[in-house]
Amino acid sequence: MAATPTDTGQQVREAEEAGTASGPETLTFAKALNAALADEMAADPTVVVFGEDVGPLGGVFRITDGLTARFGTDRCFDTPLAESGIMGMAVGMAMNGLRPVVEMQFDAFAYPAFEQVVSHVAKMSNRTRGKVKLPLVIRIPYAGGIGGVEHHCDSSEAYYAHTPGLTVVAPATVADAYTLLRDAIRLNDPVVFLEPKKLYWSKETVDLAALRRAADEALRTGGRVAGGIGTAAVARTGTDATLVAYGPSVSTALAAAAAAEAEGRSLEVIDLRSIVPYDDATVDASVRRTGRAVVIAEAPGFASVASEIAARISERCFHSLAAPVLRVTGFDIPYPAPKLEHWFLPGVDRILDAVDELQWDEPAAGEQEPSRSAGFDSAGGGPAAFSSPAGAGTRPAGGTGTGFTEGPR
Amino acid sequence: MTISTGRTPQAARGTESGSGAVDALLPSDVPVQLIDADGVAHSDSRYPLPAADLLLDAYARLVAGRRINDQANALVRQGRLAVYPSSHGQEACQVAAAAVLDTQDWLFPTYRDSVAVMSRGVDPLQVLTLLRGDWHSGYDPYEHRVAPQATPLATQLLHAVGVAHAAKLKGEDTVVLALCGDGATSEGDFHEALNFAAVFHVPVVFLIQNNEYAISVPLKNQSVAPSLAHKAVGYGMPGERVDGNDVAALLSVLGTAVLRAREGGGPALVEAHTYRMQAHTNADDATRYRSADEVQDWVPRDPLIRARNYLRGLGLLDDASEDELAAGAEALAAAMRDGLNADVEPNPLDLFEHVHTVRTTQLREQAELLRGELQRDEAERDALNRRSSGPAGHSGSSGASR
Repeated sequence: MAATPTDTGQQVREAEEAGTASGPETLTFAKALNAALADEMAADPTVVVFGEDVGPLGGVFRITDGLTARFGTDRCFDTPLAESGIMGMAVGMAMNGLRPVVEMQFDAFAYPAFEQVVSHVAKMSNRTRGKVKLPLVIRIPYAGGIGGVEHHCDSSEAYYAHTPGLTVVAPATVADAYTLLRDAIRLNDPVVFLEPKKLYWSKETVDLAALRRAADEALRTGGRVAGGIGTAAVARTGTDATLVAYGPSVSTALAAAAAAEAEGRSLEVIDLRSIVPYDDATVDASVRRTGRAVVIAEAPGFASVASEIAARISERCFHSLAAPVLRVTGFDIPYPAPKLEHWFLPGVDRILDAVDELQWDEPAAGEQEPSRSAGFDSAGGGPAAFSSPAGAGTRPAGGTGTGFTEGPR
Repeated sequence: MTISTGRTPQAARGTESGSGAVDALLPSDVPVQLIDADGVAHSDSRYPLPAADLLLDAYARLVAGRRINDQANALVRQGRLAVYPSSHGQEACQVAAAAVLDTQDWLFPTYRDSVAVMSRGVDPLQVLTLLRGDWHSGYDPYEHRVAPQATPLATQLLHAVGVAHAAKLKGEDTVVLALCGDGATSEGDFHEALNFAAVFHVPVVFLIQNNEYAISVPLKNQSVAPSLAHKAVGYGMPGERVDGNDVAALLSVLGTAVLRAREGGGPALVEAHTYRMQAHTNADDATRYRSADEVQDWVPRDPLIRARNYLRGLGLLDDASEDELAAGAEALAAAMRDGLNADVEPNPLDLFEHVHTVRTTQLREQAELLRGELQRDEAERDALNRRSSGPAGHSGSSGASR
């Protein structure tokens, strides 16, 4: 770049100190994103950051805090207030050798850019047979749970995940906020990077220096960061059922798993980390082991990412499933006003209710039919064979000669 | 106004006598014209008449462009092209847009600008890949610095701004010329592109080919602005209007705007007044919304006629050299015919090739699904071929008995 950074030196020293520091530290999700942006800008002069209020203000969520001061107004700058303009200009900049990272300010404010995203960002590589790659990142403060007013809390991932050509990432941890954003900037494809707003100020103890070294090393060797975009993580191990979540729903799923443990159920939690690419292998392996699955997402459930995941699990793990795959999602309504969002969002209770529905009284498919008589387990009197529907789906076909009669229908 | 070089918007805005600053951005009262419909040159103190050799070269390209349009229309009728949005009547804009750019510059065309893309040097067969239906874009945009032809209106104007912005940040000597039509000026992206270009003061020249129609909707239903070029003042950039059928005026006005942008003067908007002589595409019926008389009125204003008359008047063109130009255009058309008459079988497995840099698991599975279908189809074809390859074959009788 022709521009000289207007660095005062202080930020550099801070960064250097951070880079050489070692050991765990307490870090917010927001600060981890900020560090990822700064580190990529420092490592690669073609990385440029722009959007609405991302300059001196540092963004409405302060994710770009200090970047203009450190790298200059050619590297981090405010644009006119027009999202399609931001997106379309990023396409051209990426065509001409830069790596733009744009901020959409709020999920629902990204919609004016939708045509650029769907018609150009997603299609350019395919349209030009790979001649024009668009290495750009669309950062979107995303989803609800922060008491935001209308148009500030949308879960818009389905629009992007449904658009071939986009990579869609949704970090759920502070460490992933850093690592996945750096990986997203390095990727030669366009990435929609969904940042759960409710996590911005959450804190975790992470070894940022170690994460930084890993990302720098990957950059030096021209490779990808280990554990980068495309692999899901087992956020909590368990044996009885699998909760599949991403972004803002992971922490809710973990809370539900902790509560379930107190009730004697061991729930595994999968953090998808990226919706596209979707890690079938990790999800399938977990579900095949546990035999039960609940998919959790804030977005309205109809025609949603959660629906796609539930369908994939059902298709691929059918013979391991003891119960239908359930979804706990937002209702199929516009995002509610702040005083009502609590009723909309998937919460621990709703997740545990869904887990309770996973047909625990029935043996899992493939399990040996227990020798118990269904009749004796059923409530109420009367001949067992006449009253119990239990086990109908897991009994061997035919039924004659097994000691059980089919009973009248 | 004159698009003079080197003036910044800040300078214009800073002028206290505000009306003067605004006036400086306004377009001419009438479109700039250097050669009239009869082929007579008129001097304009603001815009010099291009040198005769440049005009002769432009005329050769006009002749080629007209032949390309006619040939492409014929290829649609023969089923060799799926569709062709013709620029018949607008060839002067097409030729000038390419001619004013240097190698390091970029052109951002629309679907109607195939002739401009070819005029910039892209292989006609690669250009027509889109309209033939083999793939969405057939050329490498970096080879001649020509963006893929844009179909969603005005969206490409923002890409042009981005390329120019990146060039400015990297200190490259690159000017971007972005094309759009009159209908596209109603799109939000037109507004955002001009505003971004002006605010970031990037080297882009926007050329509106105002051909009077957006498919069926006439300009008066599209905009009631004094002219489309007047819109420039709202963004703080100069606007100019030019006779879009006068290749000399186009070369001069666009050349001035490109030079100004190259020297750091920022973006400019040029509106070329022209006319779409044919229907929107072969799928359109223009008789439903405009009269034959209206079209007929534009025939004498044809961009080829006036350039030809002017050059013949100068003695730069005679029957022999015209025959030579016609023969060159005919050779081009013949190459187009031959290329498009050759059957090309697109490989279905290419469908998965460039969606992501690293193919996802799901796309790998889907590609395998398609590969399996293709193999089954091939096996069935082979079996059919064996059966039909005659009774002399060793397995012919058993095959026939089934």
